Amino acid sequence: MKLLRDFLDKQKPHFEKGGKWEKFYYIFEAHETLLYTPKSTTKATGTQIKDAVDMKRMMMTVIIAMVPCLIFGIFNAGYQHFIAQGQDVAFFSVDSLLIGAVKVLPVVVVSYASGLTVEFTFATFRRHAINEGFLVTGMLIPLVMPPTVPLWQVALATVFAVVIGKEAFGGTGMNILNVALTARAFLYFAYPTDLSGDVWTYIGDAQVIDGYSGATALAIAAEASNTGAVVVDALSNSWHSGLFDFGNLVWGQIPGSIGETSVIMALIGGLILVLTGVGSWKIIVSVFGGAYLTGLLFNLIGANTYMQMPAEYHLVIGGLAFGAVFMATDPVTAAQTETGKWIYGFLIGVITVIIRVVNPAYPEGIMMAILLMNVFAPLIDYYIVQANKKRRLQRATV
Amino acid sequence: MSKFVKLKKGFDIKLAGKAEKQIAGVERPDTYAVKPTDFQGILRPKVLVREGDTVKAGTPVLIDGKNDKIKHTAPVSGEVVAVKRGDKRKLLEIVILADKEIEYVQFPTYTISDIVNLKTEDCLEPMIASGVWPNIIQRPYGIIADPAAHPKSIFISAFDTNPLAPDLDFLIKDQDKYFEAGIAVLRKFSPSIHLNVDANSEVSGLLSQTKDIQINKFSGPHPAGNVGVQIHHIDPIRKGDIVWTVSPFGVVQIGKLFLEGKYDASRLVALTGSEVKTPQYYKTYTGGSIKKIIENNLKSDHLRYVSGNVLTGKRIGKEDHTGFYDNQVTVIPEGDYHEFFGWILPSTKKLSFHRAFGLLSFMMPKKDYVVDTNTHGEDRAFVQTGVFERVIPMDVLPMYLIKAIMAEDFDAMEALGIYEVIEEDLALCEFVDVSKHDIQAILRDGLNLMQYS
Repeated sequence: MKLLRDFLDKQKPHFEKGGKWEKFYYIFEAHETLLYTPKSTTKATGTQIKDAVDMKRMMMTVIIAMVPCLIFGIFNAGYQHFIAQGQDVAFFSVDSLLIGAVKVLPVVVVSYASGLTVEFTFATFRRHAINEGFLVTGMLIPLVMPPTVPLWQVALATVFAVVIGKEAFGGTGMNILNVALTARAFLYFAYPTDLSGDVWTYIGDAQVIDGYSGATALAIAAEASNTGAVVVDALSNSWHSGLFDFGNLVWGQIPGSIGETSVIMALIGGLILVLTGVGSWKIIVSVFGGAYLTGLLFNLIGANTYMQMPAEYHLVIGGLAFGAVFMATDPVTAAQTETGKWIYGFLIGVITVIIRVVNPAYPEGIMMAILLMNVFAPLIDYYIVQANKKRRLQRATV
Repeated sequence: MSKFVKLKKGFDIKLAGKAEKQIAGVERPDTYAVKPTDFQGILRPKVLVREGDTVKAGTPVLIDGKNDKIKHTAPVSGEVVAVKRGDKRKLLEIVILADKEIEYVQFPTYTISDIVNLKTEDCLEPMIASGVWPNIIQRPYGIIADPAAHPKSIFISAFDTNPLAPDLDFLIKDQDKYFEAGIAVLRKFSPSIHLNVDANSEVSGLLSQTKDIQINKFSGPHPAGNVGVQIHHIDPIRKGDIVWTVSPFGVVQIGKLFLEGKYDASRLVALTGSEVKTPQYYKTYTGGSIKKIIENNLKSDHLRYVSGNVLTGKRIGKEDHTGFYDNQVTVIPEGDYHEFFGWILPSTKKLSFHRAFGLLSFMMPKKDYVVDTNTHGEDRAFVQTGVFERVIPMDVLPMYLIKAIMAEDFDAMEALGIYEVIEEDLALCEFVDVSKHDIQAILRDGLNLMQYS
């Protein structure tokens, strides 16, 4: 350990003012502080002690919360590959793991590599410290991509999202839109064929079995609505027996984006975020609440079979759980007042279900719902803050 | 019409090294200092003495050139040994070497019944001349009170919830008559005097017997003892309002001036902190050097000496002097070390309000922690939300207020309640901040903007 510390101390002067690599100070600092916490102390005035928390630890907590989704996603990518060929493999098998890892890990690596390149470049040119926010974004992006996504698209989307979605607004803490969802939305509209349709299962050169369909539960539900079939029946009549049963939708051995399929894993992540206080439980609960109540409302209207689908299905199909736990809770783009968080989360749930059921163009609604509410979050906060100001003014007239 | 206010939000910072309720048998310090930096709103400090001059306790040594009525006086009699200046000749402190026997400047003496019949102007005169006046702090802005102002109320917080805070009752033990006289004097300035006590401890006889004041009870974690929080819940400061606050020690000092005719700066100071061998109380005068009280009483030598508590105090050297308002000295370890993977390794030894991965202190809420001065991270953009709101038991939105100050948005600062807070009220925000902002310094910038422009 001492060797490493000595090495860093020896290199440091080169990066400090007047050193030969002065320009790259913040890149050096980012790596140094990753290994060792800085030895900075509190100032002469102000609090003499500081809380042990810091941004790195907070962001790391989110990454830890995503690990169950990532691991499950890797196994699932491999598992879907095999059942599409009619091969019966165990879900948690080495075969699933290997195929899944080969497809998923490169996406993770490309996402981090391209995003951190942008972050380091901006930090160097704009001379500011590197914020840890991308550590989370870099993991979120792979988890919302299909396993078959071309790697160059991942790189392109990540660069676009970080530059246009974040740095253009002033960097970490200033962005309006969730960066990971910006990346996904970019691909969704720029390369729709690679992000919708039969992209959810990696087939490769293998031969699929007769009757195979790569459709997700969302696509089946939308299709059933068009033909007038009962959605739950359509789901249970899938090509692989029991694939879209309620239980399996919750568990998540279904085609979909890498990290979004398992509600259980998302909820484990959610539990970690809530127990550690890093993610807002108000937002998570209200997204689910909003989606469920809207589902019930549609049940009452019942104009088509999608509307008649039991409301609880809305909570387990698609990426609602993953979005509620990891995307909606992004503190920068969510509502920042506590009352605002309830409204923000609730409306995300409501809009998600409306987009799913009423809008024929997009099978999934959570991405658009969160991005839309990202835009409206400052407005929600504005009214909450105005209410606070008004209470103060009213007190003045008493 | 006393009120009971139960507060839930906040955070008690539990540190090792609370002072035992005993008074050390150590001689009083040799040197004492008057420091203009202890006060808010001294724009042009002017020294009235030179090195070599002899002074009595109560002799004016410093005034504000902008407001020369209020005298800052010597806490002890003796010889002025130094007038220290810093960069750009900024006045730092006037140091006085104390006599063995303190001589006092004589002011008129009264009995309690005399005080009741005194006019306000007659009360004011000795107060601003003797050096007791700066005990009265004016809100908004937390400045020394303007003698010409008419405060709508005066607030006294009888307990301190800051980390390792001294027992305020113990500090003014057996001084009941002075306290009563002090209250009688303060009544001249405002009809409404509030004394706020800790609902969870017994109210001492001295406080409960004081007449003609409203006694309110507060319960809850820090900052329930902060007078700003108490004002917010009892009689909030609106635009244009003026409220004065005084510490119980200040009230006693004012009372003593009238009953005995002298500026008596003798006080108890609690020596606290994890690095003190025997944390206890020490006899000294206002602005005393800490040299003698820490001598042979420390566990190690790489230390941070703080005049005041760890949230609002100031760093001082080991031979420096305490601040005018401070009745506590805290000694904690310096934290200038690197820690390998310190940002992620789990630890039960690190104190945190948060529960993020590896921060386990929430599981042991009763434990007393040893906390050093390490910042545990670097400055970052605002990212996490909703944390400040959990430690501030007031209907203010601290993050919006801080952002309004950073944007220099005067209307927003006013509307968001900047008049209701001073640094100490938002000190917990600075402690818990994930992004490590200097919240208190930012708030003072905002207060200065509001006050002077």
